[in-house]
Amino acid sequence: MNSNNGNGAARSQGEPMKILVLGATSGIAEATCRLWAARGASLFLVARNSEKLAAVAADLKVRGASYVDTAVADLDDTSSHPTLLTHAINSLTGMDVAYLAHGILGDQPRAEQDFVVAEQILHTNFVSVVSMLTWLANYCVQRHSGVLAVLSSVAGDRGRKSNYLYGASKAGLSAFLGGLRNRVDREGVTILNIKPGPVKTGMTSHMKGSEKFADVNVVAKAIVKAVDKRYDVLYVPFQWGPIMFVIQHIPERIFKKLNL
Amino acid sequence: MSTSTLRPAAHGTSSASADSARRLDTSFESWGRFPKYPAHLVPMHWQQEFPANIQGLHNGALPVGMGRSYGDSCLLKDGNLIVTTAMNRLLSFDPETGILTAEAGMTLAQILDFAVPRGFFLPVTPGTKYVTLGGAVANDIHGKNHHVAGTFGNHVTEFELVRSDGSHRRCSRTENPDWFGATIGGLGLTGVLTWVSLRMRPIVSRAIDYEGIQFHGIDEFLALTEEYKHVEYTVSWIDCASTGKNFARGIFMLGEHAQVPGDLKPSSEPKLVFPVEAPGFALNHTTVSAFNTVFFHKQRKPRVQSLQDYEPFFYPLDAVLRWNRLYGKSGLLQFQYAIPWESARQGTIAILTEVAKSGLASFLAVLKAFGDVPSPGLLSFPQPGITLALDFPIKAGLTFPLVERLADMTRDFGGRLYPAKDAAMTADQFQTFYPQWRQLERFRDPVLTSSFWERVTGDRPNL
Repeated sequence: MNSNNGNGAARSQGEPMKILVLGATSGIAEATCRLWAARGASLFLVARNSEKLAAVAADLKVRGASYVDTAVADLDDTSSHPTLLTHAINSLTGMDVAYLAHGILGDQPRAEQDFVVAEQILHTNFVSVVSMLTWLANYCVQRHSGVLAVLSSVAGDRGRKSNYLYGASKAGLSAFLGGLRNRVDREGVTILNIKPGPVKTGMTSHMKGSEKFADVNVVAKAIVKAVDKRYDVLYVPFQWGPIMFVIQHIPERIFKKLNL
Repeated sequence: MSTSTLRPAAHGTSSASADSARRLDTSFESWGRFPKYPAHLVPMHWQQEFPANIQGLHNGALPVGMGRSYGDSCLLKDGNLIVTTAMNRLLSFDPETGILTAEAGMTLAQILDFAVPRGFFLPVTPGTKYVTLGGAVANDIHGKNHHVAGTFGNHVTEFELVRSDGSHRRCSRTENPDWFGATIGGLGLTGVLTWVSLRMRPIVSRAIDYEGIQFHGIDEFLALTEEYKHVEYTVSWIDCASTGKNFARGIFMLGEHAQVPGDLKPSSEPKLVFPVEAPGFALNHTTVSAFNTVFFHKQRKPRVQSLQDYEPFFYPLDAVLRWNRLYGKSGLLQFQYAIPWESARQGTIAILTEVAKSGLASFLAVLKAFGDVPSPGLLSFPQPGITLALDFPIKAGLTFPLVERLADMTRDFGGRLYPAKDAAMTADQFQTFYPQWRQLERFRDPVLTSSFWERVTGDRPNL
């Protein structure tokens, strides 16, 4: 594998940024990829559904991506991760950014009654991501460069009765990312924890009040900027930072009575 | 025909939970904000989702986009609106031929953002860029270049139509030409459009060579129309509040894409949003007359020339998002006719006189000559002659009687009205304007309908 200039995301004009995208057909991931494609990035896209993946890949190619390759995979199968990642990095001939955007909202009421449902949420949103990041972080540490941008959620900042399994999976992820950053930042590797508030996408379109959720393109722009500037944590839209600060500091004896 | 037979349940097992899981609300409005009907919203993100996404749903369905149609052609009372705006991917673009293929929920604004930096522009554009490709086909929209370029449908090379029975059809002038014609201007009733191919036109700059010429009266307008018939874009703003010596004064606006290579950067996002609904009295005869007088005299000289960006030239109102709130909560009623040349002059004068007499002034009135490029659509609105678009605030007891009178006058002059801009024409008027509606009815998907279609085909003795 070629040696890297160590600048990670902030590359010179000539060479396209090489980006691996997991969960590429998710609404936020697709919107982000459109911005990268317009800049001429090289993209390797992974998703479960081949028809959707083909539609996204064609769009990104037309928008100006210098290279687009895809793989259909179910990322719940952690044993396949090393092969998949090797294949992706060979295809891109290197990797500057990995964008981990796969995840499920899950069915909270069912998960309260049925551990199999709860376990599925934890597995997809946490276990599978940890498996990926273990491999990716070691790859980046070896090269002393790279940005690992991971979609977490404000829901991980405090457990609420309306979605605490989703929240728990993201809280676990945030804790993992904090620790991983603490380990690899000194090696030149950036761990970006992206915490979006509710965003208007296919995952949320059935939810009450979803027309008031954040615009996915605004979120995507902020993510592209955060990758360029190598942020540690991104609350997006930005007002979720102070909002979650307040929510995290509500005393438990009051919080437990709230309907959130 | 009763509602239940016009709206059979979609294929598949009926599922009460699927119905109740969806929200029945009024958040999807048409641009005139009248009428307001509750509906279930079914967001569509992927081409493969239809017809599975309406399986088992009751009360019919209608594919919709940005809700820029003014009346009820993009509404379905108590039914299911398939909102296609998230289905907005590009499939291909060939800079050699200019042919662009995109999913039907992509907006013209998104197409411009992609195409302008590559030196291409829409072959036909309406007065707003916030419409979807599917909506542009379904209404066979027209623009300031109709007299030379025809309608949007004239530049569509191919599209895919999916029916509620799951069948897919590629349609073009040579493949399924009958479905091609029925779908262009077919008001979204023939099936769901998944993707559309159209031929873009090359440009070398964002700039438009603009000229504005003041005119007084319809005869001067007609003389200018004849004199400048070879200029690509022509449209006139007309003052329809004034009478006497200022009757039918206006500004004849011409434009052509600049030939000198210039800036091709994408447009910036509009920053202004009309913040609240204006009170009902905001638009009255005095304020509208004052606006019209200022607009006429804003151009100080009888003739001005300038180099303009395409945004203010084509989309002056897009600069203020949600400008329709200016009309308050009761909304606005649009009225647009096309009267053939035989009686175009006489009809236009008669209708403008009737409007001036009514005391209900139209804030913006747009006058244009349509050309004779035939539309490929079965139910397309444009025809050679004059078209006039007016918008009226809805005032109880005044607006609807006036618009009904104007519709009758249009019929008497052999003209017709534009379904995308209508919330008022009667079934009788519609069926006189578009006798070919029965042919479209044969192509209509049995599950798809609209509140407009139910209104204007309501009295159907032969069905």
